[in-house]
Amino acid sequence: MKLHVNGRDIEVADAVGERRLIEFLREDLDLTGAKNACDIGACGACTILVDDEPLKICIKRVKDVAGHRVLTVEGMAAPDGTLHPLQRAFVERGAVQCGFCTPGMILVAHAFLLKNPRPTRDQIRRAINGNLCRCTGYQQIVDAIEEAAAHYRGAQAPAHQAEPAHA
Amino acid sequence: MTAAGTTGWRNDAYAKVTGRVKFTDDLKFARLLHAAPVYSDLVHARIIRVATADAERAPGVLRVLTARDVPGSNRVGQIHSDYRIFADDKIRHNGDVVAMVIAETRDLAIGAAALVAVESEPLAAVLDPEEALLPGAALVHESHGSNVVNTHRIRRGNVAEGFRQADFVLEEKFRTQCVEHAYMEPEVAVCVPRSDGVMEVYGSMQHPFSTRRFVSACLGVPLSGVEVVGTPMGGGFGGKDDTAAIVCARTALAAKILGRPVKTMYRRDWSIRESYKRHPYRVTYRMGVKRDGRITAVECRILADGGAYCSVTPWVTWRSTVQCCGPYVVENVHCDTLGVYTNNAVAGAMRGFGSPQMNFVVEQMVEIAARRVGISGVEFRRRNMVRQGSVTITGQKLDTHKVAMGEVLDAVLRETGYEAKLAKCSLGRSAGDELYGIGLAMSYRGVSLGAEGVDVCAAVINVQPDGSILLEVGVHENGQGAESAMALIAAQELGVSLGRIRYRRASTSGVPDSGTTVASRGTIMGGGAVTLAARELKQKIAEAVCGQLQCPARSVRFADDAVLGRAGRRRMAFGDAIRLMFQTQRLPYACGVFKAPRVSWDEHTGQGDAYFTWVYGCQAVELTVKRKTGKVRLLSAVAAHDVGRAVNREMVRGQFFGGMAMATGYALHEEVRSRDGRITNLNLNSYRIPRAMDLPEMTAIIVENPDPQSPSGAKAVGEPTNEILAPAIANAVFHATGKREFALPIRLSAAPDEAPEEECRL
Repeated sequence: MKLHVNGRDIEVADAVGERRLIEFLREDLDLTGAKNACDIGACGACTILVDDEPLKICIKRVKDVAGHRVLTVEGMAAPDGTLHPLQRAFVERGAVQCGFCTPGMILVAHAFLLKNPRPTRDQIRRAINGNLCRCTGYQQIVDAIEEAAAHYRGAQAPAHQAEPAHA
Repeated sequence: MTAAGTTGWRNDAYAKVTGRVKFTDDLKFARLLHAAPVYSDLVHARIIRVATADAERAPGVLRVLTARDVPGSNRVGQIHSDYRIFADDKIRHNGDVVAMVIAETRDLAIGAAALVAVESEPLAAVLDPEEALLPGAALVHESHGSNVVNTHRIRRGNVAEGFRQADFVLEEKFRTQCVEHAYMEPEVAVCVPRSDGVMEVYGSMQHPFSTRRFVSACLGVPLSGVEVVGTPMGGGFGGKDDTAAIVCARTALAAKILGRPVKTMYRRDWSIRESYKRHPYRVTYRMGVKRDGRITAVECRILADGGAYCSVTPWVTWRSTVQCCGPYVVENVHCDTLGVYTNNAVAGAMRGFGSPQMNFVVEQMVEIAARRVGISGVEFRRRNMVRQGSVTITGQKLDTHKVAMGEVLDAVLRETGYEAKLAKCSLGRSAGDELYGIGLAMSYRGVSLGAEGVDVCAAVINVQPDGSILLEVGVHENGQGAESAMALIAAQELGVSLGRIRYRRASTSGVPDSGTTVASRGTIMGGGAVTLAARELKQKIAEAVCGQLQCPARSVRFADDAVLGRAGRRRMAFGDAIRLMFQTQRLPYACGVFKAPRVSWDEHTGQGDAYFTWVYGCQAVELTVKRKTGKVRLLSAVAAHDVGRAVNREMVRGQFFGGMAMATGYALHEEVRSRDGRITNLNLNSYRIPRAMDLPEMTAIIVENPDPQSPSGAKAVGEPTNEILAPAIANAVFHATGKREFALPIRLSAAPDEAPEEECRL
């Protein structure tokens, strides 16, 4: 079974397909950006992108993403560690506090901005409504996404989709 | 160019946006075992036997631990040691843990947990705090002799006389609900038995020193035998104290007995079931007012449901007592406060710490009174609020800092255009489907622990031979940006660039026990310690380099990564100064200790200088209520808080927004529901915290009046922002519907079709 994660092809035994996807990413690939927080798809902390669509993976199996393009937060920055403009906006606008929801938020926002690079603030709120944050009140997260939107206009801003060189 | 006050810099932001940050569950250790807690279905029962044999025989299970396996103390606590590591004599609430299963995988541990059986004798459960006080009520803790955890009182002036002077006496009853912190990261601990005999603890807990105390008590080893390592934490809000520390203690016990690293990663339902909550309150409040709008007397009774264990109920209810009249001058006060044991979920610390409940009461009472007198709520507040030199209801004169009550109120009125909008409120009458209202609330708040406890904090600055700086402070990074604030304060005080400073990985073995990061004390206490450490360090550097700079040590200044002689005529790079120190056998190391100024308290009269300083805040909210459904939609929220000095402006704004968001949940959505003592909404689908679309655009107005008693000038922001939006919403709902809401959360059914009979005078 073939997986495509952050720009890399990974071949896994068919039996692995039955494993919980979040466990496989976190334990086997050490991609710990996706978090366990509710186990029922209610909070969004485990969100990744599959073919640029957000997916809450705490309730998914490895086989569910076989053959598809998987992006985790670890694939957002450039191989040299340079932040993606969306990540930079999160840092600069104070959108990060405890950071537990941050990977899911960034990925959901990325998928949203790829489709809608000229969003209103209400549209941004709607896009992240399935991802819970208890620290920020979302205000600066919305600010960050709004600011980063400019980078998605005209030239696309794909994630780098590769492991950072020094990861 | 100063570092502080200007940036949103965080030392951990890069790691957090790239997914590289390692929270406790992300850590990996060889031969790691997994543990799962075992609960019973019981609420109140005497334990006869905990049968573990079947679980122990299950595949992959190495051991099942119960109270019998605890070598040290099975009972711990910050005030009374009544919290059990494992339930021993009784089950006292449905979240009590009777055993813990340790297995090769988490799934196997969880599977085997179902095989543990509890043989017990059921007892009548006490689920109502009033009933807990009745004679003959079942006792939650028999040895305590009653269900009263604690009492507090205020006796000031002559209340009977105060009510005689009043033209109106208003009496109302209020209720607030039980709410959950709902930090995004559930409790988790990893404990590693080290080859030097030390138990190393990583965990999602906000109080490394109290965690160390609990672990050491449980294991029966000295404090030096436990090292709690600061680990990035996914939110706390006051909620990761007792319960989180006990999760660490159980995990450490397993690691000690099995000689291998052990992880306990909580599921959300375990977290909600077991962890302590914000206290539900019942408050009866009488207020006497004169026709001119002056409050003449307040009498109140506060009843707090503390649940099954003491936790910090005496401290939480103490703050409620001290602040029971809000930021108003009242000469005659009679307050009786009771914390009680019940078989409900344990109640303990949560952001606000006894103030959100009381502000919900007081900030509605002042509006009710204003209406009765016939003046606006704002005018009523102005006539009664504390000013420079005012004396509080506990007899404390507010003269050591700027009393900014009027300043924050004015800022909010200006920003919102409050008076004009107030005139447009529906008061139950509207031509359309929606009713409109605006409301506000304000508070003052004692900063840090006050007379609750010993208040001291240490910071260590250790400059390396190349001029790079290691900083460690006895406050904990809860996600709020404490480390970054400490580094900013250090950089500013030392006149060096931020890049020079590394906040070293915190450990209870690295810095003196500085208490807990609670009570919004992190920045004021930690910042105080950092400032004092930096000053001591500068003194040492100045003494070492003053010869070269040809000036007395007292004339040496620090700026722009350099050490400057008198009037800046001679200068030496910071790195060169440090090199010179090492060459001349002087070590650039300093430990700063900030002791909170004196506070006082008389238990009998409830009088004293309760807190060494106070902060002032005001928030307003606009909303609509759908007439047909009663659905509330928030349109805007504005907050102004005097924070002393804003160390890290973007992070301060983040505290505003996060606190306000949490308060909207408190006001409108959140409630831990239970049936017969068993919580029924155990996950984030049924326990509803605010989402992005629930919240309005929010405005933060940072007011700065540096506090002379705070070495860094900073005061507090974490809790004040969380304590007044619920009453502001209640007041706005009144202005929309014309009806008062006396219970939280506010649940409106269809709003009344007819306007209330009495015309509202605004």
